[in-house]
Amino acid sequence: MTNRKHLRDTPRKLTPQIVRPYGDTTGDGMIQVSFTLPLPHDKRAEGAALQLAKKMGMDPALVVHAKPIGPDFTFFVVYGSSNHLVDLGQVHVQEREFPLLSPKEVNLAIKRGMRRRLVVVGASIGTDAHTVGIDAILNIKGFAGEKGLEYYSEITVVNLGAQVLVPDLVAKARAAKADAVLVSQVVTQKDAHIHNVSQMTAAFREAYPAGKVPLLVAGGPRFEEGSADRLGVDRIFGRGTTPSEVASYLVHAVVPPATPSRKKAS
Amino acid sequence: MSTTPLIHLDAAQVRQARSLAKRAGAPVVKIAKNHTTVSVERATLRLAGLTGADHEGQPWVNHLVDAVRGQVGLEHGVTTPVYDALRRGVAPDLLTLAQQSTSGSVSFRLPEGRELAATQRTARAQVARGIRAIDAQRAARDRLIRCHGNPKQTPWIYLIVATGDIDEDIPQAQAAAREGADVIAVIRSTGQSLLDFVPEGATHEGFAGTYATQENFRLMRAALDETSREVGRYVRLTNYASGLCMPEIATLAGLERLDMMLNDSMYGILFRDINPIRTFVDQRFSRQIHARAGIIINTGEDNYLTTADAVDAAHTVTVSQLLNEYFAKEAGLADWQLGLGHAFEINPEVPESFRLELAHALLARTLFPDAPLKWMPPTKHMTGDVFRGYLLDGFFNLAGTMTGQGILLVGMMTEAVVTPFLSDRDLALQNVRYVLDAAGGLREDFHPPRDGFIQTRARHVLGEAVDLLDRITTDGLLNAIADGTFGLMKRPADHGKGLEGVITKAPGYDNPAVTLLETGATR
Repeated sequence: MTNRKHLRDTPRKLTPQIVRPYGDTTGDGMIQVSFTLPLPHDKRAEGAALQLAKKMGMDPALVVHAKPIGPDFTFFVVYGSSNHLVDLGQVHVQEREFPLLSPKEVNLAIKRGMRRRLVVVGASIGTDAHTVGIDAILNIKGFAGEKGLEYYSEITVVNLGAQVLVPDLVAKARAAKADAVLVSQVVTQKDAHIHNVSQMTAAFREAYPAGKVPLLVAGGPRFEEGSADRLGVDRIFGRGTTPSEVASYLVHAVVPPATPSRKKAS
Repeated sequence: MSTTPLIHLDAAQVRQARSLAKRAGAPVVKIAKNHTTVSVERATLRLAGLTGADHEGQPWVNHLVDAVRGQVGLEHGVTTPVYDALRRGVAPDLLTLAQQSTSGSVSFRLPEGRELAATQRTARAQVARGIRAIDAQRAARDRLIRCHGNPKQTPWIYLIVATGDIDEDIPQAQAAAREGADVIAVIRSTGQSLLDFVPEGATHEGFAGTYATQENFRLMRAALDETSREVGRYVRLTNYASGLCMPEIATLAGLERLDMMLNDSMYGILFRDINPIRTFVDQRFSRQIHARAGIIINTGEDNYLTTADAVDAAHTVTVSQLLNEYFAKEAGLADWQLGLGHAFEINPEVPESFRLELAHALLARTLFPDAPLKWMPPTKHMTGDVFRGYLLDGFFNLAGTMTGQGILLVGMMTEAVVTPFLSDRDLALQNVRYVLDAAGGLREDFHPPRDGFIQTRARHVLGEAVDLLDRITTDGLLNAIADGTFGLMKRPADHGKGLEGVITKAPGYDNPAVTLLETGATR
């Protein structure tokens, strides 16, 4: 909006410890939100929107748009200054332990590092009939606009589908010479997901010689972060995981780097 | 739809494209005619009136078909051994027979001679009742359309609901119709396509969608009939005839008066890894049902563009449309029933992306002048930047109206971000309404010059499509699918899910449903 040339010429400032949202002036705290309330559109509904905005820390807040959606709902757009301060000292982020790669980079890394295709066996185990998780990661259709692992030319995918018994999974993984085994667990009644995964890891450790067990990965919406060790898997992926994250992790964990110095991390 | 075409295509090349599609498809139709599947046989029993499931939710049609297959095989069709057993008085009716068959107390056989002829007559009379029920639903639809009317504008506005719970879907669908949706699609629960049975009853626990069941179909259609009366236009209902139970779901759709069905000839093969033969056999039967039921099919070419590049792979869409058209017409569908799919999926960073979209959309429009094309919104290049997404959807709507698309699936700015909020749907409909009101007649003034970018691009894509069809005809369609020609996926004919449910027909195979569908008879 203002003089861009002037901005370019200014040397980059040090980031302050405390920041506020930036509308058009440093420190103005301006933000914009939109939401729907289950109220018919009238003065009271607008008052309710304002109250919500204030409770969210917007003061002053301005309802700039209110529109009925049918007889029972009203949609609002609210602008206002947030009175919260962001303390950068208190910002903690859990860093992903591996770099996110594009499908092309994944394929290239596998080609260079393994000189063969990486074999992934996937299944939903136990009584769980839901293939939604495993399909989102494996099927070419994919998830969240990303293609599944089938799309990767250097990954061979064996998707066993749902309700696969653990012994079958182990047998199929051995037959396919799996580098990694992905299991998905959606149903969590009576901690079925924890039970199933523990049973699965135990079976793999029994069936394979030590150090030869394929990479074991569990995914599902209800696994606790940091419970991988307890379950005996190499990694857990939670809700919203995309295929490229899984592919990048597989490269990180299974594929030796093109230079032969680093050991297989499994 | 048929007005003067906006682009000029070489008539000889168009004829060549269609004849190549026919040559590629004909061997597959032959294979489809020589086989049946467990799901085709189950659909036939559903037409004969067998419904319901055991206490574990396993449908009686599955039990009966499995029992017959176990004893005498399905090579002669399921109805002959079943109606032979009923004629022998093994059980008083189909349901009891199915129940008894689970305990192994029924022995099936293949009758011969006069007995066989009498059995086939009985089977035909029973299955014909289901066919007449479908005919009656078609007549009811025609009557309701006469009474309430069609949407005032084209494209028809197509909106999706998907809560997983039919009781939640109904008020959402009714609200969407009141806000202007002409077609309501209920997305199925993830994973239903791979179930080898159709769940029973009203369901409340789907994942990212609601199970397609006969009862859910009935409930939703009844609710939309109520809303049609209220809004003064017939609101259409859509579901998915795909996956392992495609023939049964098509049958249930016909019986419960659904109006459109997603029904692509290759989607299940490519995107769900379902066996190609299983798919083509199921496909043909379900399309024959759709033809009879007056259902408009929607094909899934948009999916190719989500996996392959929308510019490089534009011609694969055209090839698939031509194949879908061939398979559809072979199964008896008329032009007005072909909602051939295509999508606005070109990367917006590509220079002239909108002109390319117009070229591709006009190519489809010109090639299929009498089909109500299904225009699908951007998904691949939708990001968390909902503001940019909203603009992209506006351009999608504009391309839809400028190129005369028949069915417009409303794009959501939260595509690939979250399940759309109530407000997202409202904003999306405002977007559509603004574009249709502001530029609904623009097609009249829009005449891209014959030697301009758009026409040249359209003809180029058609040329590529003809080349690809030529290669497919030489290789065989099944080999082309096995080699990854479509959407980059390789699907050999002897692999994939559901292969064990494919049966080669014996010379004496009889299926009264197929006979009634192919002859148009009612009895």
